[in-house]
Amino acid sequence: MDLGRIFRKKSSREIAKDRLKILLISDRVNCSPEMMEMIKTDIAKVISKYMKIDAQSMEIQITKTGVKGRGKTQSLYASIPILDLNK
Amino acid sequence: MSEVIVVTSGKGGVGKTTTSANVGTGLAAMGKKVVLIDTDIGLRNLDVVMGLENRIVYNLVDVIEGKCRVKQALIKDKRYQSLYLMPSAQTKDKSAVNPQQMVKMVQQLKEQFDYIILDCPAGIERGFQNAIAGADRALVVTTPEVSAIRDADRIIGLLEAKEFKQIDLIINRLRYDMVKRGEMMTAADVVDILSIPLIGIVPDDENVVIATNQGEPLVGGSTMAGRAYQNICQRVLGEDIPFIDFEKTISFWTRVTGIFHKN
Repeated sequence: MDLGRIFRKKSSREIAKDRLKILLISDRVNCSPEMMEMIKTDIAKVISKYMKIDAQSMEIQITKTGVKGRGKTQSLYASIPILDLNK
Repeated sequence: MSEVIVVTSGKGGVGKTTTSANVGTGLAAMGKKVVLIDTDIGLRNLDVVMGLENRIVYNLVDVIEGKCRVKQALIKDKRYQSLYLMPSAQTKDKSAVNPQQMVKMVQQLKEQFDYIILDCPAGIERGFQNAIAGADRALVVTTPEVSAIRDADRIIGLLEAKEFKQIDLIINRLRYDMVKRGEMMTAADVVDILSIPLIGIVPDDENVVIATNQGEPLVGGSTMAGRAYQNICQRVLGEDIPFIDFEKTISFWTRVTGIFHKN
């Protein structure tokens, strides 16, 4: 008996689905990684004026809102960990 | 009122031409006046799939360039009185036609036909722009594979930007045996990813190759693909047709033939 079969990893169907989901997020947003990096740096710079943030672990993302990511409106989400509110 | 439907996919080889031929033939069989337009200039194929390759005199580019009238380029189908084909040119390239010219020709055809079906070339360049220019409805064809789905998503984005009236999805070459083993995405997975309405599932069927060899459409016949195309045509007309459960058919036949194959 093949033990590998019992402790099988993800099926190729699931792998395909997961890969596509990630791939299509970046495909649907027409924005280069360089530009995203520049936006990120600028946002960090501005916020840093008012509070102490963890610029290393901050994340930004552009998503389309609406029916399952096929909507017309796009929004920019930023997740910025705050280290100290009072600088 | 006539409808102009473009059959597109982004990726090549997923079954646009087969779909165009079968949907066009199916609609004609249901009494609609249909014209199929092959917009793949330089790589014409719809004529061979329809088995009409020996009847071509003039083509799409001749019409656009004013070398002949629209009526002269239209080839009457061998099977259905109300079905016509506008073949593409084999010797020119895609730049021979521009989207404005296509819109003008489609407008002219609207006066005589109920359905104008445009078989789109692969890619997103000029050929694609030409094919979608005059259309108000789209059938996006994909197979349950990562590359085809990615391209379909791109195409859907481009069609949505053009404000199409209706965009429907056809999942082609689905293999139920692989789905069962978890080695192929299900139709539901594909719909979930692409988020557009599903209008048909065509199972992977060797009869498609056989039919193409013979230059005969499958629609209306008893093959699995033929039945799937028939259902698509009825859904195009707005009928509410349940999806066929091919899995049952397949497992039944596997069981029957399995008896004879044992040892």
